[in-house]
Amino acid sequence: MAELYEIGDLRLSLADMTAKPLFGAAPKIEILKGLTFSIPKGAVVGIVGGSGSGKSTLGRALVRLLEPAGGAIRFDGTDITHLSEAALRPMRRRFQMIFQDPMSSLNPRHRVGTIIAEPLRLHGFDAIPYRVARALGHVGLPQAFAVRYPHELSGGQRQRIGIARAIALEPDFILADEIVSGLDVSSQAQVLNLLERLVADLGLTLAFISHDLSVIRRLCQRTIVLHQGRIVEDRPTADLFADPGADYTRDLLAAIPLPDPAQAWG
Amino acid sequence: MLDGRSQVHRRAGLRLWLSALWLGLLCLAALLAPWIAPNDPLAQDLFLGRLPPVWMSGSEPGYWLGTDSLGRCVLSRILHGARVALVVALIAGTVTCVIGATLGLLAGFLRGWVDVVISRLIDIWMAFPPVLFSILLIAVLGPGLTSIIIAIVVIDWTRFARVVRAEAMAQGAMDYVASARVAGRGRLGTMVREILPNVLPTIVVLLTLEMGIAVIVEAILSFVNLSISTDDPTWGGMISEGRASVHQAWWVLVFPLIALFLTVLSFSQLGEGLKDRFDPVLR
Amino acid sequence: MKALVIRNLSVRLKNGAPLLRDVSLDLDAGEVRGLVGESGAGKSMIGKAVLGILPPSVEVVGGEILLEGTDLLRLPLRERRRRIGATCALIPQDPLTALNPSHRIGPQITDRLVDILGWTRPAAIARARELLAEVQIEDADRVMRAYPHELSGGMRQRILIASAFAAEPRLIVADEPTTALDVTVQKQILKLIAGMQARHGTAILFVTHDLGVVSKVCQRLTVLYSGLVVEDSTVAAFFAAPRHAYSAALLAATPKYTDPAAGLNPVPDGVIESVRAEVAAHDARQAGGRHG
Repeated sequence: MAELYEIGDLRLSLADMTAKPLFGAAPKIEILKGLTFSIPKGAVVGIVGGSGSGKSTLGRALVRLLEPAGGAIRFDGTDITHLSEAALRPMRRRFQMIFQDPMSSLNPRHRVGTIIAEPLRLHGFDAIPYRVARALGHVGLPQAFAVRYPHELSGGQRQRIGIARAIALEPDFILADEIVSGLDVSSQAQVLNLLERLVADLGLTLAFISHDLSVIRRLCQRTIVLHQGRIVEDRPTADLFADPGADYTRDLLAAIPLPDPAQAWG
Repeated sequence: MLDGRSQVHRRAGLRLWLSALWLGLLCLAALLAPWIAPNDPLAQDLFLGRLPPVWMSGSEPGYWLGTDSLGRCVLSRILHGARVALVVALIAGTVTCVIGATLGLLAGFLRGWVDVVISRLIDIWMAFPPVLFSILLIAVLGPGLTSIIIAIVVIDWTRFARVVRAEAMAQGAMDYVASARVAGRGRLGTMVREILPNVLPTIVVLLTLEMGIAVIVEAILSFVNLSISTDDPTWGGMISEGRASVHQAWWVLVFPLIALFLTVLSFSQLGEGLKDRFDPVLR
Repeated sequence: MKALVIRNLSVRLKNGAPLLRDVSLDLDAGEVRGLVGESGAGKSMIGKAVLGILPPSVEVVGGEILLEGTDLLRLPLRERRRRIGATCALIPQDPLTALNPSHRIGPQITDRLVDILGWTRPAAIARARELLAEVQIEDADRVMRAYPHELSGGMRQRILIASAFAAEPRLIVADEPTTALDVTVQKQILKLIAGMQARHGTAILFVTHDLGVVSKVCQRLTVLYSGLVVEDSTVAAFFAAPRHAYSAALLAATPKYTDPAAGLNPVPDGVIESVRAEVAAHDARQAGGRHG
């Protein structure tokens, strides 16, 4: 299987505004400390870690919302590590992102139809109304939703709009950043089932960022465990759950409260 | 919650309509002043000096709100004064808003060196005392309507720039801005399509407040005799003249003050009301 | 005596939409009861009604809230506030916004003891030190001088827990206290709450949407749908066999990594329809009772 993403020794630092002295620049803290991995075409890869593990930063680097300080990101053979915004623009259609908070990722002043249509227009698609309708159909929402505003929808419906916006562009790759962590278990199950079906039907490659190993286990063939900016484990999901290699992975697994009073949770 | 919101709405609606009504009447009065004013606002007649309003004894028919010490009709002068007040409010308010909001938007959204330059400029600007600054400016430019407008724009753009910059920064951190970039939108496009609509309610409120402020600034400058030529009636000028004879003829002072007060209040209420209308989340 | 008894509590929006429908539940002294449901089920509303912090658009239209035998709703406002302040505490969801960013941690724990409960300042500070040690914060003096933003989310949540236990309350409302935290931190915090609760013998109303959490810290639970109690069970009985179809579906929708073949099961439409019918039937009975 060909590789869609090849990441070599990826490093990224961000300014730490909480430690900014009164005068002078804020100190930089290294968030990603040399990550190397690849994502084959058609794979569903889980990226898991606690807060501060760098998983969201990694996600934003993959879709080049952030520019790495060092290392390389190759997308389908092209080095996109330091591409300028202008050079990236035509490629952006191919790697899309679904955000954690569907309320803040949908512009509150635009209607749902506009939110889905806008990226299509930017990339010069034809038959936009048809594509918007098809995207709404894909995520199982009625066409009438096109004229609604985001705040008129439930959390699960908003997240479906986020998915519709991403798949409408017919991308190769989708990054899903904690997309179900704000949802009730039932909507969570609906959104995940939907995503799983779409990935299979549309032949997408998916990176699924989550702190929830139960969800990762259900959805992903391979899992990368991040801890403090480093990869501590990168293995097929079934192996990882059967025999976690890193201490951190074991801690993560042991911390999950299963809905079962008999679970030893010491 | 729903109920609370609709109650707020009704009340906001009433405020909106009352203020729109007053400002509408004022616009009409300003436009039609030469035809509806009962008397020539400049005509002096010392025999008719300090006439009280019509409902008081000793009044003269035709002089509804009385006359000042030179025998000029107070109502006619208020009507003509509305022209100056509104021209200043509309032109100075709008120009200040466009310049200030654009700079604020650029600084808040683009960040980097653009922000550094604009922010420093704002800081330096705000260090000047505004009243002295405006008096100085008028002294240099010479009195007149254009000078007043220029003075207001030059001093007050920072008011917009500061607030809009902060708001644009907050909106810029939202994920919908990131998602516009993922979709492949350029920076200026994102600013206009994504950020601007979300900052607009704030801008509208600021704009109407600024219009009220412009009316006050014009009145203050007239009061200190730095506005347009002293013959032309302005509310500030009338208040200044009325102050001298407040014990003999309170109406010369009070009526232009009421007009000024209602106008400034209406502008700010109009802004609050419009903000709610503009906001699909509240609507 | 029961720490808390709620009888037929009805709460609605002032325009009439019901939020809690005849909710009844009780809490023994030193017991932890989970309040479970999806967003909008009214689980937080119960805690807010008990603490008297309902939003202004919401009103209590009927029922009783007996705190250690006294009906709070019948007390004059000032007396109710005093009693709640002296016997209840809240552990809030968001450890960031629950601490005032412009005050140091120390006063935020001690001020309530001094200003409202009339402790002396040195006694309050000594108590704060003791509690911070109990929530396993080692350098208590440094932490008490710190501002909230200088501390991590887990640390802030520990401080809020210490603060909640400060005046030895009889009842604590914990409103999704670990939802904003990582699983590993969540585990530490839950163990901490459970340990403190056992030592101090405090009753807790534990609001959460996570049945996994309920199975770890609660003895009994109430499942709500649209403000209606659909199930009231002991934890052991519930997880062995939920009695209500909706609560069973909620349990089935909760993912379990130990059982990857089970799949993700949203609550089936049929179950939603039937529980909605129950809610409608309840409302019809209410309306009928009022007119008849």
